[in-house]
Amino acid sequence: MSEIDLTQYKGVWCFGEVRHGKLVTQTYELLTIGSRIAKELNEKLSVVLVGHNLQGWTQELLEAGAEKIYLLDHPELENFTDEAYTKALAELAAKEKPNKILIPATTVGRSMAGRLATILHTGAIADVTDLTLGPGTNGAGGRALNAIRPTYGGNLFVTVRCEKCRPEIITVRPMSFPKAARTPGKIGEIVNVPINPSSWNLKTKVVSYAPEQSSELDIGSADKIVSGGRGLGKPDNFNLVRSLAKALGAAVGSSRPPVDSGWIPYRHQVGLTGRTVKPKLYVACGISGQIQHLAGMGQADTIIAINRDPECQLMKMATFSVEADLNEFIPLLVEEIGKQKN
Amino acid sequence: MPLNVIACIKQTPATGAIQLDQKGEIVTSAMTYGISPLDEYALEEALRIKERVPGSWTAALTMGPAKAQEILRESIARGCDAVYHLSDDAFEGSDTYATSYILSQGIRKIIAEKGKVDLVICAKQASDGETGQVGPAIAAWLDWPNVSFVKKIEETTDKIIRVVRMMEDGQDVVEMALPALISVVKEIAEPRLPSLKGKMAAKKAVIPTWKAADISADAAKIGPGGSPTVILKKELPPKRSGGMKIDGATAQEKARKLVEKMKELKLL
Ligand SMILES: Cc1cc2nc3c(=O)[nH]c(=O)nc-3n(C[C@H](O)[C@H](O)[C@H](O)COP(=O)(O)OP(=O)(O)OC[C@H]3O[C@@H](n4cnc5c(N)ncnc54)[C@H](O)[C@@H]3O)c2cc1C
Repeated sequence: MSEIDLTQYKGVWCFGEVRHGKLVTQTYELLTIGSRIAKELNEKLSVVLVGHNLQGWTQELLEAGAEKIYLLDHPELENFTDEAYTKALAELAAKEKPNKILIPATTVGRSMAGRLATILHTGAIADVTDLTLGPGTNGAGGRALNAIRPTYGGNLFVTVRCEKCRPEIITVRPMSFPKAARTPGKIGEIVNVPINPSSWNLKTKVVSYAPEQSSELDIGSADKIVSGGRGLGKPDNFNLVRSLAKALGAAVGSSRPPVDSGWIPYRHQVGLTGRTVKPKLYVACGISGQIQHLAGMGQADTIIAINRDPECQLMKMATFSVEADLNEFIPLLVEEIGKQKN
Repeated sequence: MPLNVIACIKQTPATGAIQLDQKGEIVTSAMTYGISPLDEYALEEALRIKERVPGSWTAALTMGPAKAQEILRESIARGCDAVYHLSDDAFEGSDTYATSYILSQGIRKIIAEKGKVDLVICAKQASDGETGQVGPAIAAWLDWPNVSFVKKIEETTDKIIRVVRMMEDGQDVVEMALPALISVVKEIAEPRLPSLKGKMAAKKAVIPTWKAADISADAAKIGPGGSPTVILKKELPPKRSGGMKIDGATAQEKARKLVEKMKELKLL
C-alpha cells in the first residue's frame, strides 16, 4: 500500500439506507455511535443518502444528530444495485475525503462495503459489534477505530484496525447500538450532490421487487425473536411459535431442520448457514443448541430456552431455562403474558 | 451458449470452540478442515449450470496453503472440469482487500488461458472470517457487476444473468450483463456428494499451483504489506454467565415465574 496523509481525511459519515422507499432503522443506530466518534475527533457527522425522492428523510436525520446530509438522488438509483451505489459513494468520497464511513451490516451494507473499499483502495471491516476510537498510527490526526467483530461462528472475537488507509469503511451489526434520540427542530446543512449515472456504463438493473407477503417482522432487525426447532415435531407447531411471537411482539426464527424440512422459509433460519442475529431477547423452543445454531444467536442479550432435555447445550447456556414440553408450556406462557398486559 | 463458470471456495476449520496459545494465536492442530459450509452451495450451483447449459465448463479456484488442495480434489470428485490453486508464502496474512486482489489476478490468468470466464460464484461469507467482502471486492477489481445474497438463478443467456436476491423485506429480481459475479446463500441448491468416478479422477488429478509471479501479482497489494486492515487482538468470547433454572411444581407455575423474570428485565 502506498503511504497517504491520513490527516487530510475528515468527518464521520453514516450511510442512510433507504430500502424500497423506507429508511431503515439501523441508520439511527449508526448515528449513535457515529456521533460519539465525531465528537471525540471534533469532526463533523454526516449522513449520506443514496436513492430517489430522498428529501422526506432529511429533517428526521438532522433531528437524530446529523450535522450535514448529502443527497445522491437520481431516478436510476431508486433501487439498490452494488454497481451504482458503490460508484455514487466512491465518487463523493474521493472528492470529500471522509475519515470514517459507517454502514449498516444489512444485506445492502454487507454487499456494498467490500466493493466500495476496493474502488477507494482502502480497508473494510465487516459486521462490527463494538467500536471505539483507538490511538493514531501516524500523528494526532490519524486516529483509527478499534473495531471488534465476532468470527468463527462467534467463537473468536477479533479487534481489527485500518491503520494505513482512509476512509475506514465499517459495517455495523444491527442492534449493536441504541437508536439515536431526536432533538425536534434541529437544523443542519443539506447538500444536493449532482450525479449522472448514465455516464457510468452500468451493467446491473433491478427488474422487479416482491415484498415479503406475510406481515411478520424480519429477524434481522427484531428486538425479540422466538425460534422453533426440530423439537416442534410437526410443521403446524410453528403456530405455537407464532402465537408466542405475537404475544411478545417478536419475529419468528428457526433452527435448520425445520427449514430443511420445508416447515418455514429459509429467510427465518438462524445460524452458520442461515442468518446472524443480535436481539435483546431470543426464545428457543425445542432447539438443542448445536454450535452451528449458536453461531447465529450467541450474541443475544437474554436467552430463554424451552426444552424437555435439561442437559442440552441451549438449556445450559440460557439466561433462563425451562424444562417443559413445549406443546403444553407455550400456550400457558402466552396466557400468562396476556394476563400481564391486561 | 455454453458458459465458463468459476466457483471461488475456501478451506476453513469446522465451527467449534477455539483455543488460543500463549501468544494469542489460534491453535490449529486439533482442527478439522473442509470446504467452508456456504461455499458448498457456490460450488453446487456452478456444477448445476454445467448440467443446465450443455457444453459449459466449471472450475474451482482457491487461495490457501498446500493443504487447501484437499478441497480442490473434493471439487473434482463432485464434477469440476478444472481446479486452480493460488499458493505462495507471500499471500499469507492477506486481508479481504489483498485476498480479493489475488483471486482476481488468478481469474485474469484463467481468462487468458480459457479465452473467457462468464460467471464467478462465491458464497455469502466464509465460516472463519465471516466478512462476505471478498466476492464483491473481486468484482470491483475486475470491474464486473455483482449481486450478493442470491437465492436463485432465474436465467442465463450468452449475454445476461437474471437472479433473485434475498432482502430483509422481500426479494429483488436483478439482471446483469455478463461477465458477472454472484454471492449465494444456502437456499440456492442442495450440495451433491462426490461420485465414485469423480473420486477416482480426483485422486489422479494434477493440480496447477500458481505463485504470485505466475499471476503477475503486484507485491504492494498482497500479504500483510498489501492489506489495509490488521488484526490487533484475538480473544475468546466472554463466557455467558447464564443458567437460571425456572422451577415449579406445574407448567403453569413455571410460566408464571418466567413471565415475572421477563417483566423484571422489561422484556414484555
Ligand atoms: C455445516 C453445517 C451448517 C449448519 N448450519 C446450521 C444453521 O445455520 N442453523 C442451525 O440451526 N443448524 C445448523 N446446522 C445443524 C446443526 O448441527 C443441528 O443439527 C441443528 O441446529 C439442530 O437443530 P435443533 O436444535 O432444532 O434439533 P435437535 O438437535 O434435534 O434438537 C431438538 C430439541 O428439541 C427438544 N425437544 C423435542 N421435543 C420436545 C418437546 N415436545 N418439548 C420441548 N423440547 C423438545 C429436544 O430435547 C432437543 O433438544 C448446521 C450443521 C452443519 C454440519
